[in-house]
Amino acid sequence: MVEFYGEKVSSRFLLGTAQYPSPKVLADAVRGSGAEILTVSLRRETAGNGAGGKFWELIRELNVRVLPNTAGCHSAKEAVTTAKMARELFGTDWIKLEVIGHHDSLQPDVFALVEAARILTEDGFKVFPYTTEDIIVGEKLLEAGCQVLMPWCAPIGSARGPVNPDALRAYRAHFPGIPLVVDAGLGRPSHAAQVLELGFDAVLLNTAVAKAGNPVVMAEAFARAIEAGRLAYEAQPLEPRDMAVPSTPVIGMAVFE
Amino acid sequence: MKLTINGQEQEVSSETLAALLDELAYDHEFLATARNSDLVAAEDRADCPLAEGDRIEILSPMQGG
Repeated sequence: MVEFYGEKVSSRFLLGTAQYPSPKVLADAVRGSGAEILTVSLRRETAGNGAGGKFWELIRELNVRVLPNTAGCHSAKEAVTTAKMARELFGTDWIKLEVIGHHDSLQPDVFALVEAARILTEDGFKVFPYTTEDIIVGEKLLEAGCQVLMPWCAPIGSARGPVNPDALRAYRAHFPGIPLVVDAGLGRPSHAAQVLELGFDAVLLNTAVAKAGNPVVMAEAFARAIEAGRLAYEAQPLEPRDMAVPSTPVIGMAVFE
Repeated sequence: MKLTINGQEQEVSSETLAALLDELAYDHEFLATARNSDLVAAEDRADCPLAEGDRIEILSPMQGG
């Protein structure tokens, strides 16, 4: 079990809902993933269209908790207003806070992120900040009232996996007891297993499943990798070493001349 | 009067946000609204007056990651 803002969930897999080939594939992938938390967003609605309502019906039928995001926001003000609109629409005070600072890398503007996090937590929001793996920014986010941190491991949608595992290891060590979710940059189940092995509590991803050749099977593959990674972390893996150590006992060897 | 609605300039006759949603034939149930970058909660739309040049955002649930 992992706990976010006092809510216990059994799956360590948080899944996004964008870019699937069809609503049915999305629904099947969610079921295959076992995810209990789905990311959703807000976009401009066309008059008389009702597309938002249809999508919301689909999500509600999946019987999961939703984590609305502020994707696409580039300032604290934009993110705060979007979060308030999301709270009303989705009926939750959970918010995945994104404040994008760089067009190419989609790296967060961490200064605006901390400012928005402070405003939102004071307003009762439970903020899940999409951040970099910078420990000082993490500390500032906790001071701003966040009780979860979500560092990236590579740029959004890049599928590169952990590009700086040493930084992630240091991040985990620096924030014992804080739920940590790697959000963004995962491409393969082995990447998810790696960050779970490092002690991260969960992963949040979207593109790696939605854009896979078979999203439903890939969702299941990630689910198993996440479970395996967590088990490995709990089992306390061996630390690597430079030199060989014989695994078979040397004592008692027969001597042949 | 002329408003900017979801980024598009439009000529409308409604005097409140609630009336505007009716005028434009929006389904109220799955919408969030903002006037000039501030949230207007569903229960406040009927009391939200519109003025020339207002920027209105009308959002609904969408796929996200």
